[in-house]
Amino acid sequence: MLGLGDKHTNSLTMDQPVPSSLLDTGAQNIISKPLPRYEGAKKVSGTARYSAEFTAENMAYGVLVGVGHGSGTVTGVDADAIRGLPGVIDVVTDFKSFLRNAGQGGETKAPTQGVEEVAYFGQFVAIVLGETYEAARGAALQLPLTVEPAEGRFDFDALKGETDTPPPNNIPAHYTQGDLDRAMAEAPLTFDATYTTPSQNSAAMEPHASLAYWDEGKLTIYGSYQIPTKDAIALAKALGVSQKNVRIVAEYVGGGFGSKLGISPESAAAAIASRQLGRPIKCVMLRQQVFDGTVRRSNTEQRVRLAAEADGTLVGIGHETLCANLPDEDFFEPAGIGTHSLYKGEHRVITHDLVRVNLTLSGSMRAPGEAVGMLAIESAMDEFAEQLGIDPIELRRRNDPDKDPEKGVPFSSRQLTRCLEVGAERFGWSKRQPKATRRDGEWWVGLGVAAATRNNLLEKNAAKARLNAAGHLFVETAMTDIGTGSYTVLAQIAGEVMGLPFERITVKLGDSESPESSGSGGSWGACGSGSAVYLACEEIRNQLAKKLGVDPDAMTLKDGMAIAENRSTPIGDLAGEGIEATGEINPGKQKDAVTQASYGAHFAEVAVNAVTGEVRVRRMLGVFAAGRILNRQTARSQCLGGLTFGIGAALTEELIHDVRNGKAVNHDLAEYHVPVNADVPQLEIEFLEERDVHSNPLHAKGIGELGISGAGAAIANAVYNACGVRVRDFPLTLDKILPHLPADLPSA
Amino acid sequence: MKTFTYTKAQSPEAAVAEAGEGVRFIAGGTNLLDLMKLQVMTPDKLVDISRLDLGRIEQREDGGLTIGALVPNSDLAADRRVIDGYPVLSRALLAGASGQLRNKASTGGNLLQRTRCYYFYDTATACNKREPGSGCAAIGGFNRIHAILGASDKCIATHPSDMAVAMRALDATVVTLKGDGDRRRISIHDFYRLPGDTPEIENVLEPGELITHVELPGPPQGEQLYRKVRDRASYAFALVSVAGVVKVEDGKIASAALAFGGLAHLPWRDFEMEAMLVGQAPSTALFEAAADKLLAGARGHGSNDFKIPLARRTLIACLRDLTGV
Repeated sequence: MLGLGDKHTNSLTMDQPVPSSLLDTGAQNIISKPLPRYEGAKKVSGTARYSAEFTAENMAYGVLVGVGHGSGTVTGVDADAIRGLPGVIDVVTDFKSFLRNAGQGGETKAPTQGVEEVAYFGQFVAIVLGETYEAARGAALQLPLTVEPAEGRFDFDALKGETDTPPPNNIPAHYTQGDLDRAMAEAPLTFDATYTTPSQNSAAMEPHASLAYWDEGKLTIYGSYQIPTKDAIALAKALGVSQKNVRIVAEYVGGGFGSKLGISPESAAAAIASRQLGRPIKCVMLRQQVFDGTVRRSNTEQRVRLAAEADGTLVGIGHETLCANLPDEDFFEPAGIGTHSLYKGEHRVITHDLVRVNLTLSGSMRAPGEAVGMLAIESAMDEFAEQLGIDPIELRRRNDPDKDPEKGVPFSSRQLTRCLEVGAERFGWSKRQPKATRRDGEWWVGLGVAAATRNNLLEKNAAKARLNAAGHLFVETAMTDIGTGSYTVLAQIAGEVMGLPFERITVKLGDSESPESSGSGGSWGACGSGSAVYLACEEIRNQLAKKLGVDPDAMTLKDGMAIAENRSTPIGDLAGEGIEATGEINPGKQKDAVTQASYGAHFAEVAVNAVTGEVRVRRMLGVFAAGRILNRQTARSQCLGGLTFGIGAALTEELIHDVRNGKAVNHDLAEYHVPVNADVPQLEIEFLEERDVHSNPLHAKGIGELGISGAGAAIANAVYNACGVRVRDFPLTLDKILPHLPADLPSA
Repeated sequence: MKTFTYTKAQSPEAAVAEAGEGVRFIAGGTNLLDLMKLQVMTPDKLVDISRLDLGRIEQREDGGLTIGALVPNSDLAADRRVIDGYPVLSRALLAGASGQLRNKASTGGNLLQRTRCYYFYDTATACNKREPGSGCAAIGGFNRIHAILGASDKCIATHPSDMAVAMRALDATVVTLKGDGDRRRISIHDFYRLPGDTPEIENVLEPGELITHVELPGPPQGEQLYRKVRDRASYAFALVSVAGVVKVEDGKIASAALAFGGLAHLPWRDFEMEAMLVGQAPSTALFEAAADKLLAGARGHGSNDFKIPLARRTLIACLRDLTGV
């Protein structure tokens, strides 16, 4: 996007609120509208190219080889055994440089390297290269590896007595306020229960894939990644090359859900093999390899303690989590993150400790923390309401704090109770019956509710915008669109600020050489990259006003025309040789001055079969408040996906590891049960009107992960209301419900 | 997958003539190709039978149906004669897999589905079915989907088909063509084998023997149902399934055929249990006694222990549905 003309910069650090937004005063009237996807036609016509669909001249195919032991030392790779096979080019191993595991989200350091020592079952130790994918795959499955096995740590339950406290990640591992033990001893009402959640895998539809090639010492990777800016830096470090010599292109990504935040092992293997062979190498993971060797969400064991006054007002809240990771990896599943600011209670203990295991890396999966933490805390609130004999919505209302219960600062915006009330009305909550009283044939039917919260994050982001003489706007940032609608909402933001219709805006994403972006992840993508685009466009707008000689506030931009002082001028005419601006947003003091989070309420109606214990969700409603909604359709789709994830978390998803050797047992989509269409009933989504002036100039907050946070708990609570069986061990598969069902079967 | 040769057969006779050591027939390929990609099965040669003239469903003079081995599961499920006369079969078919798979999967191939045992699918682990003598990783491992009846210390795998369960309740006959040109008619009750010491041998087909048809006797009298209990509402294999055909006459059970999926290495049927029911007035007490009989020899392996009470409850509920108790 090089060009002549003026170049400007507009930088904003969020040190104070931004009281007004051009998105409210814009005349184009496209922001928030449910516009169809900017790239939709390309996707439905198959012309949107994903990483594995790129090819290069003289390209060869690489297939990774995972080790069939959970612990030990690789002592041999018998390349000669497969070198003679038809179409096989070579076997490449680099025990020192291969990535032992995927990178953590948002990191710019190289992931752990070195694959001679086996840290987990399936760890990749070689890449087989072939002239065809089939030749490489066939040979990869036949490559003999010799391993000196060693004792491994595979059984979480057996090892959970040995823990250590990890360093902080986005929250401290341990937080204590007041004296919870005393509160538990003295309060008139207390609750103490432990919940467990299993290992999970993001199971994105598109497997991890990289096409790598070198050109005069510079590496280009067409890779399926969420954060090209940081991923390129991490990959450069892993390969020992200069950062300017690594470029990652991720124009379209077929879902990531955290598993593509950091680089995964196929990228470095393809790059190393390409450098060695002198040919482009494409490496696409097999589905089983995605489960074995990318990243998982850790299983958790969460103890929740609640202490309350007689009216249910909390005086103490405890949320203590055990989770797992590799012996030398410090990421912990921050299950207590939502608990920090969700409810009242002056006595607080929120802790996380790690059990060290030889299992695939634990890292961020959609809504790390809240997704599984709220299964526990929101089940506990439901149980506590039952114990108190009050409505679970009323219990939450009584405990909705008016300021952050730990930091003492105000909330930037918070409509938790309003979401619960609006949802209750719309869902028909008043028709909820006592537990195990509503029947439909041989099905028990019940309703459940849970709160939703997801903390709002802002990361540094930059974007470039350029208006040309034809009045066309080009927008560019290293943001990605992982199926979320980034292209669409960025075009809407630019269009609203610049007064341009969609067709006069071109958005380029997914290139690490574009202005830096925090990418997609943590629900920060739209707000971060969107703010940068906003600021770039604001600057161009200011320049247009200057050229017209008017105050920017006295100018209206609409349909490509600048209207001021009763004159209407095509903005392309004002652009001359082009106006280019870089927008840059930085987190600032607002981060600590207010507590920022999105909120919502989940409602679920489920049926539990009185014969078999099968659970089927009948309908769900999610009511959310997340600041300005940038596109009601893509936001709704995100929430639908979140609720669907919630169904999986509540009822079906569980990655099983064999405790004898750490092998992922059910590592395919036939046996790792994500919800299928038949499991997903009518889902309704409603957004409450909201502006958050503290968050960013868009007045928006993150929404991508809000939909999953709490969704599964609403289902579990509905199961309890339906049949009176409380299962604290997720997912709620029928075998856990069955033993508690009445022995007498319903009559035909 | 490993390299293999491929030929298209022009006739059933030509297909069996091509058969031999390391040769596999392929029709829909919905199971075989997956297993080949994982190198769980590594045939040297595939004989493609998908173009043979075995794709018709014909009504016989005796009132029964002759189903060509290549009739897709979707077509069989949607056939008017099947819907009207054998609803248990139609429902079983529609309970299986997904629409796309049912379009591709054939009747003969469905009978020959391999187990979904996690360890069978993974060449990094021991499996007597995949590699005789290597051991059974499912015993002592994660065995949620495994057998509670008829298993051995060599193998606790289950047969995954829904269709075959209904076929067993319907007393189907498997018609084959052998390499020497002989035809065989094998009762479905004799078709499958328990794992014993040779779990790699799953049925009585001889090497190179081709299923050409499946015959159903005339539509049975009485009520029919297929009930499948599973972890998600679609695209999941049965934890327990029941195919039932029961006739009640003058307040007594006149006939009963009950076959079970998800319990054993083969679609399970217990004729002694059925005999207990016949001639009796339907009652919950009777059904409980039948369930006791069915599950008298049941044994869990840890993660599948729940299948015993689940099978019991499901059977009783099915019998109550079938008899209106």
